[in-house]
Amino acid sequence: MSKKASPTIEKKDDIATSACGASSQAPVNANLAKPEKIELYRKMVRIRRFEERSLRAYLAKKIGGFLHLYIGQEAVAVGCCSLMGKDDHVITAYRDHGHAMAVGMDTKALMAELYGKITGCSKGKGGSMHYFAPSLNYWGGHGIVGGQIPLGTGLAYALKYKGLKGAAMAFMGDGAVNQGAVHEAYNLAALWNLPVIFVVENNGYSMGTSQERSSAGPGLAQRAEAYGMNWATCFGHDIYEVRATMDKFLKLAREESKPAVVEIDTYRYRGHSVADPDQTYRTRDEIEEYRRTKDPIQVFQQKLIEEGVLTDAIIEQIDTEAKAEADLAADFAEASPYPTPDDIQKDVYWESDNPDQRASKGRLFFD
Amino acid sequence: MAVLTYREAIRAALSEELTHDENVVLLGEEVANFHGAYKVSEGLLEKFGPKRIVDTPISEAGFVGMGVGASMLGIRPVMELMFWSFYSVAFDQILNNAANVRYMSGGLINCPIVIRGPANGGTNVGATHSHTPENVLANHPGIKVVVPATARDAKGLLKSAIRDNDPVMFLENTILYGEKGEVPDTEELIPLGVADVKRTGTDLTIVTYGRSVLHSLVAADILEKEHDVSVEIVDLRTIRPLDFDTVLASVKKTHRVLIVEEQKPFASVGSQLAYMIQREAFDELDGPIHRLATIDAPAIYSPPVETEQLPNPQRILKAALAAVA
Repeated sequence: MSKKASPTIEKKDDIATSACGASSQAPVNANLAKPEKIELYRKMVRIRRFEERSLRAYLAKKIGGFLHLYIGQEAVAVGCCSLMGKDDHVITAYRDHGHAMAVGMDTKALMAELYGKITGCSKGKGGSMHYFAPSLNYWGGHGIVGGQIPLGTGLAYALKYKGLKGAAMAFMGDGAVNQGAVHEAYNLAALWNLPVIFVVENNGYSMGTSQERSSAGPGLAQRAEAYGMNWATCFGHDIYEVRATMDKFLKLAREESKPAVVEIDTYRYRGHSVADPDQTYRTRDEIEEYRRTKDPIQVFQQKLIEEGVLTDAIIEQIDTEAKAEADLAADFAEASPYPTPDDIQKDVYWESDNPDQRASKGRLFFD
Repeated sequence: MAVLTYREAIRAALSEELTHDENVVLLGEEVANFHGAYKVSEGLLEKFGPKRIVDTPISEAGFVGMGVGASMLGIRPVMELMFWSFYSVAFDQILNNAANVRYMSGGLINCPIVIRGPANGGTNVGATHSHTPENVLANHPGIKVVVPATARDAKGLLKSAIRDNDPVMFLENTILYGEKGEVPDTEELIPLGVADVKRTGTDLTIVTYGRSVLHSLVAADILEKEHDVSVEIVDLRTIRPLDFDTVLASVKKTHRVLIVEEQKPFASVGSQLAYMIQREAFDELDGPIHRLATIDAPAIYSPPVETEQLPNPQRILKAALAAVA
């Protein structure tokens, strides 16, 4: 049997098709007030400017390790997270800056984390790949490809167990879909009807290996059929389409506890990480073509101009403020102190951080 | 005191904690309808219902990871591994997620999960089903490791483990499940990190844990009667946190040490103990620290030979005589 045989199974749900087309007219978008639309736009611009600023800091060697930039994918995180209610939760992989800002994390703490400073969101202990904000229902920021997907399933399990009408969105890249843990999570979610949306942000490349060189079968989201789950694909450069698609699946998750896989086609302009070669597996023309025709910020900006929501003056102001915010974050990070060696063994055990409530005895640390 | 088997004691701890906290849930392969592969959870489904006692597919990475995620939102999952040997397919979830998530979040998240099941050799199930990973687990700061030897300890320690706000790895033993012991009628929480002197003596300290405690007790009786050697046995009960003070006190009393562990010798719990004892009680020692471990090879199937591969009373007797010579 050919691995590339045409799909023989029709989409079992009309959600995907109904979401396409006039997504701006979908109620979830049509009901947006002008300031809400501007906020969506502003968030995408803020993410872009924050990451561009972090790239400069990285090139100036202010930031260690890896820096996986989200530039080009902003409409996905902003679109999805803009739909969150108080009992909805998010977890993602290591390309996590966009989601962190989309849920509302403070850019000073995010930049300081990149700089490895004690004022960082994880006190300089996590770095770029490991942002967390449980108070914002944001559970990371995870470094191992696909390893966060069982955790996201567990968030959904907890919601259902507690009888809360929320949903978990578990984000992964297209490279994660071949990990066993992802399929185990799919099976559990479908078996137990857990309110989780598995969001595959398909930027075309798992590191430097294209989808056609890494993933068998007709499509990534379609694998959901094997588990009897709903699925859909949508374009990720159009925030209206992202919102329209995700809104339907989130409602199904919250109200009927139905899991789903949503594959969102998107693109990243930078390498897998900043330090990686970017021209060995794709051409500069390919990147430029996407940027020219499908840049999510430009696409939304154009729509909002046509809708009479944005003006040149507002666009200019938002951009200026976003740049200033990023600079301020970098200044804050620069001026902040590093953790000290005394901090290394803090935040390891709950008990050692709460000695007055410790029930166990004995040595927790060794030398 | 009631006399319970080790299995019944664990079941009693589960039952009490399921009653004590509605966020406690038992999940694992065959824990519900099948009553547990080793019957530990027998009767719990009937008592607590399918929401609290949940059969999982054979999918350790998936359900252990799911438990870690649920624990971040306040559930207290007790995940049963049919054998701890299957930890290898859930390793990423245990080490990268359960152990690290608190640290990488700068202390914002805690993970009150218990992963429990048997970890032992001696049942002729070959190398894949005979792993004893307490050393591997304890090598990861952020998680705690418990290896109870008796029914009383199993119950009291499991109750503490379930109430603990850190991830606890709880290693039981299929051969011990049928062992009987006295368990208090009233509720008892045994704190993690407290060793127990299972036998007092003056000539030799045996530091051990798990089933090797029972073997050591047998060997100690022979040593007393036939060789006039008085043995003190320190049962660690918990590997991490480690009650090293009790070990030190015993070493200062006997001045000779034998470490016994059902564990491969390279980079084992005993390796760590030997380092610590020489470092902190060098002047107290009247001889080198001795160690008896599993013979260093994958677990052999052949039933009579597997007995010889593991610590057993005869091997311990021989090692103890060498340690006091």
